[in-house]
Amino acid sequence: MTARTAPSWWSMTADRFVVEVKEFTRSREQMIFIFFFPMIFLALFGAIFNTDDLYGTGVSFGQYFLAGMIASGMLNTGFQSLAISISIDRSEDVLKRIHATPLPPTAYFFGKILQVLAVSVVQVALLIAMGALLFDVSLPADAWHWFTFVWVFVLGLACSTAWGIATSSLLRNGKAASAILTPVVLVLQFTSGVFFVFTELPTWLQHFAEVFPLKWLAQGMRAVFLPEQFAAAEAAGSWQLPLVALMLAVWLVAGLVISARTFRWLRLDDR
Amino acid sequence: MSDAVVQVSGLVKSYGGVRAVDGLDLTIERGEVFALLGPNGAGKSTTVEILEGFRTRDAGDVSVLGVDPVMATRSWRERVGLMLQSTSPRSVLTAREALSHATALYSDPRDVDETLAAVGLTEKSDAKPQELSGGQRRRLDVALAVIGRPELIFLDEPTTGFDPEARRQFWGLIQSLTADGTTVLLTTHYLDEADHLADRIGILSAGRLVALDSPAGLRSLASGARVTWTEDGTARTETTAAPTALLRDLIARHDGEIPGLEVVHPSLEDVYLDLIGADAGGAA
Repeated sequence: MTARTAPSWWSMTADRFVVEVKEFTRSREQMIFIFFFPMIFLALFGAIFNTDDLYGTGVSFGQYFLAGMIASGMLNTGFQSLAISISIDRSEDVLKRIHATPLPPTAYFFGKILQVLAVSVVQVALLIAMGALLFDVSLPADAWHWFTFVWVFVLGLACSTAWGIATSSLLRNGKAASAILTPVVLVLQFTSGVFFVFTELPTWLQHFAEVFPLKWLAQGMRAVFLPEQFAAAEAAGSWQLPLVALMLAVWLVAGLVISARTFRWLRLDDR
Repeated sequence: MSDAVVQVSGLVKSYGGVRAVDGLDLTIERGEVFALLGPNGAGKSTTVEILEGFRTRDAGDVSVLGVDPVMATRSWRERVGLMLQSTSPRSVLTAREALSHATALYSDPRDVDETLAAVGLTEKSDAKPQELSGGQRRRLDVALAVIGRPELIFLDEPTTGFDPEARRQFWGLIQSLTADGTTVLLTTHYLDEADHLADRIGILSAGRLVALDSPAGLRSLASGARVTWTEDGTARTETTAAPTALLRDLIARHDGEIPGLEVVHPSLEDVYLDLIGADAGGAA
């Protein structure tokens, strides 16, 4: 028998990445409700709410809304998309079929993570381009703002991805996933300073949203894209970047722990 | 020394107090096509899914290719191909893409075009599963099961829902793909399928093996042959374990042809129903 070398982990991960990208880009649901949704909302809400001087800071609602839409785009592409697609894949035995092949589980997850990263980079780049064209948002001006953007993006997307995988295991039925998650995402968006300026919410709603990561992710993005004088108009009177990092990190760790503990290749009724 | 690919002893699996598999012993040799035959709920799929490494067991020893499937490793997965009971779901990938991506996972995969041709999907290679008929989807499932050149293939009820013509074609496909000595474990509730494909058949009823033999051996389990003839204008029937002796006697009594002579060996189906019925009802 000729001894042949097994395919490397990287080649399998790269191949899974290609499969994942095909599955995402060829799915009408994913492209409309995950990829283009934030752009559609950015154009619509930016046009509807045309306040152009929030709290006398010279910041328009469109600019404020861009940071929120970047944050919710990351929530869509990591959390919502993965939670729905993985739970459907589990319901339809797709995961069982993958598990039956020599593919290492880590290659499966890295393929997914790379796909989320790639889609999110393109999505966020398009949102920023729209913000620059429609709402006169300027790109981060200095290395410090770029640095903030990179860590908020990476930490936020990691958190979103981990919770997508974790939630997929908590949902029992793939068919119901979309119906269950859409209201969750909407409530988070309405309370976390995405569709409305955060400080205009009742205090108790602000406290509710402070528990969840979307509020902190949007705030981190505002620190990147809004001028420094807006910091005083935030709820705490500052960007609170250390707290942004802490909250996202805590949620990331919790998401990773739940993912690792609950992930399964088979349906619950299949054992 | 035996070259067992699958070795099972004392396998037990219960669901909610009901024993789906109840003390199963089984050995499958290399190169053998083995059929687990039984009615729905007999424990066939539970057994196969334990051997595939998907399910845990309550008791018993299981070795598949020398490994306990609960400890399935990547290299073990390379050597095992499987066709699940459920048909491949909707996908955005075409048949060719699905196979091409599968080849990325194996050391020595089959050629994609040759495999498509072998399962008769060359014309449909750019179709997605939802654009294929049920039978074509099952062919794609077979292609995916063999793409990595496995040593052992599990086929879990591969032709359920097929019409007789499609089933015959599918049998031909399985035979051509396993002609190279691949070991096959097939589950089916179709007797003719087991009879046609298998070297040995294990009949499973209520989680226990009630018979284990070659198709011919199972037939010989029947009590004997039924000899029918016409004598003095009346039809006569005799069931005997020694039909040849009876025939000699008949030949001696007749000068020429024996009118209405018929010697019938019980069909495998008679044996099968007898075994299942005996176990289920305890009467027959």
